[in-house]
Amino acid sequence: MTQKFDIVVLGGGPGGYVAAIRAAQLGFKTAVIERENLGGICLNWGCIPTKALLRSAEVFHNMKHAADYGLVAGDLGFDLDKVVSRSRGIAAQLSGGIGHLMKKNKITVIEGDGKLVKPGLLTVSKDGKKVADVQATDIILATGARARELPHLKADGKLVWTYRHALTPNVMPKRLLVIGSGAIGIEFASFYNELGANVTVVEMLDRVMPVEDAEISAFAEKSFKKQGLNIMTSASVTKLDKKKNTVVCTVEGKDGKAQTIEVDRVIVAIGITGNVENIGLEENGIKVDRGHIVADEWGHTGVKGIHAIGDLTGPPWLAHNASHEGVIVIEKIARDRGNKDIKDLHPIDKGNIPGCTYCRPQVASVGMTEQAAKDKGHKIRVGRFPFMGNGKAIALGEAEGLVKTVFDAKTGELLGAHMVGAEVTEMIQGYVIARTLETTEAELMHTVFAHPTLSEMMHESVLDAYGKALHF
Amino acid sequence: MAIEIYMPALSPTMESGTLAQWLVKEGDTVESGTILAEIETDKATMEYESIDDGVVGKIYVADGTENIAVGQLIAVLLEDGEDASVISDAPAQKAAPVAVKTETVVEEATPVAPTAPVVNTGGKRTFSSPLARRLATQKGVDISDIPGSGPHGRVIKRDVEGYVPVAKAALAPSLDGDAPFEEIKLSNMRKTIAKRLTESKQTVPHFYLGVDIELDNLLTARKELNNLSDEYKISVNDFIIRACALALKKVPEANVQFGGDVMRHYSRSDVSVAVAIPGGLVTPVIRGAEQKGLRQISDETKALAKKARDGKLMPEDYMGGTFSISNLGMMGIKQFQAVINPPQAAILAVGSGEQRVIMKDGAVTSATVMSVNLACDHRAIDGAVGAKFLGAIKTYLEHPSTMLL
Repeated sequence: MTQKFDIVVLGGGPGGYVAAIRAAQLGFKTAVIERENLGGICLNWGCIPTKALLRSAEVFHNMKHAADYGLVAGDLGFDLDKVVSRSRGIAAQLSGGIGHLMKKNKITVIEGDGKLVKPGLLTVSKDGKKVADVQATDIILATGARARELPHLKADGKLVWTYRHALTPNVMPKRLLVIGSGAIGIEFASFYNELGANVTVVEMLDRVMPVEDAEISAFAEKSFKKQGLNIMTSASVTKLDKKKNTVVCTVEGKDGKAQTIEVDRVIVAIGITGNVENIGLEENGIKVDRGHIVADEWGHTGVKGIHAIGDLTGPPWLAHNASHEGVIVIEKIARDRGNKDIKDLHPIDKGNIPGCTYCRPQVASVGMTEQAAKDKGHKIRVGRFPFMGNGKAIALGEAEGLVKTVFDAKTGELLGAHMVGAEVTEMIQGYVIARTLETTEAELMHTVFAHPTLSEMMHESVLDAYGKALHF
Repeated sequence: MAIEIYMPALSPTMESGTLAQWLVKEGDTVESGTILAEIETDKATMEYESIDDGVVGKIYVADGTENIAVGQLIAVLLEDGEDASVISDAPAQKAAPVAVKTETVVEEATPVAPTAPVVNTGGKRTFSSPLARRLATQKGVDISDIPGSGPHGRVIKRDVEGYVPVAKAALAPSLDGDAPFEEIKLSNMRKTIAKRLTESKQTVPHFYLGVDIELDNLLTARKELNNLSDEYKISVNDFIIRACALALKKVPEANVQFGGDVMRHYSRSDVSVAVAIPGGLVTPVIRGAEQKGLRQISDETKALAKKARDGKLMPEDYMGGTFSISNLGMMGIKQFQAVINPPQAAILAVGSGEQRVIMKDGAVTSATVMSVNLACDHRAIDGAVGAKFLGAIKTYLEHPSTMLL
């Protein structure tokens, strides 16, 4: 049976399902092909369920520190199964919500593995059996990405975990090794450390969260160490020797000196690779470079009617990037087909995509790091404001953190903002709006920030860049 | 209240224009979007749309009227229920916008918010981002001259960065002697060409550098690419555009513009390509060509050339450019020297590729060779820099695989 659509989206993650909704809104007959759960990794195995786990960890942390607030909490403990099932329940609830959104927008959801036959035609199979042929003038590839694996660091789901296994632990490891200190690795390290595991993080580069501003990395690393995390930078895991219920890990430093660490579980979080296999790319001449589809700024693959968005096309591997690209690719198609209502359409500005990590303390940033700005030849002004100087932070008992801003000294352009501390993942949006609207330091200085808020530090950091900070 | 229609500024540099012809007459009902008239500017003929609904009450200027200043009253629309009695016979002259130049002092690390930028008051508010306004002030350009590409036409950073006040280049015409002749009035385009290029030759100290480039590797690569697909056809010129764009990146000292007491250094290669059209030529711009592949360059060049020939180029298609290419190779010209397209600082004149006998390693052999000449503005580019830049172009073209790096 061949079904015909205007637009078919392969993959129902945050890129794909958002693209489908936008397509339906613009009057296209739309279908989504999904092999597992609507909402993709983000909703089922990424962003959302980890936030649920980390919330449990945060509440537990606060309970442990009840006395600091004059409170009495007796008999502290947790039920791992319930912590996990809360997280799974939230994922299921939201995935169901996407189903309703699809129905509301009259989007056909086809379950199964989609594969490109030729431009304009996909075939869908389930359990190896063909279930449908799907025709569409435009096809959006949004199959996402998965954890990268290396031959000597292969996950088995039992002793060596990827994020999937780490989201559904059946036991609480006493000793845990996390390989990789990017957002995924460090969030899990934070979670398991909070619940009492002895956690070691191994990072190949010379600092944790290496994509962040160096000062923020250093601040976070100091804080992690204070919480009891073992951090090994400039080091790599060269061997995992699996015993019956433990793993003996060989960690080699830059100096070539090796040491072994015995742990109960290992989490491998060494990056992401695109889901480019078995979807008909090579046969159709779609270019793949280092595990990701090569697409232009509009998401076009160069093959007529075939577009690609989100993690599948490379970094930044972020749900909000994928969703935004999904909207842009659909609006571009609509405009190319003569829709006059589509105005002001521009490719996504990768410099304005915020990144958030929900470890404790949280880390959030947008734009260029101080080093990147210097490397680009900017003469810069840097502002800093510590949480110690903010009334609300002290009242919350969250006096650890830093808000850093980087300005172009000549034009006053906010080149980047970098934050570490409580709730910074919610605050970063203020700077993202500032960047998108192209404000200079002047407008930020003129903005009145409510008191008492953590956001006041965003103001003070800007003031500090120009030697005008008031409270520090 | 009757709606007054003024001569519009259809391009950022337009000061006056010709009302080529009215497409409506008095008494016609028009709505928002109706084309009122065709207006000829110094670069193109453009359609002027009504933004209001109403009935054409009075037309003040006849078809073919030249030199109508931007801002001059040209017609009046009557709103629902109004009659012609509200129209005064003597058209009020709206204050013509005065070009205001702001003196800019750029002080490193004195980022105190400058005074509000001077807005060219055609009575229209220019929406712009704070950063765009500051950059415009620092560049000494009027923000309201800059076409906006942001939401609802808002002028944003990239518009200011990509904005160059004026441009255009061509070869000067000549009429002389006692032979029988017919005098034909110059078109606005021809006037612009004459004015700009006279200015260029009189004020820009040109010097010329020539080099021969072997094309055999490039032709092989081109053939291979074009055999792969019918969807595109890459030309030698597309390779030249890309090579120049990359060379500008490699030798950024050549991607400059002389500006009186400042030198402007560009960080993007916006390559203007001279396209001959009936009555003259225009130079549409391939923006950020160093970031574009041959296919994209080829597609864009074709689309722009077609628009140019159809007289449909929009200001954003030809404004700006940091470097020009003029290619007469396809017309059998072996080599020539071009006039710099001000305010740019260099132009490459490209001749035809031909089989020539050459000496290689002491032996006589043959190769496909193309002669090119680079004209440089000596105020901005010195001989050694020009030579380095031309050398980079030569290397890219002779070893086209290096353009993949």
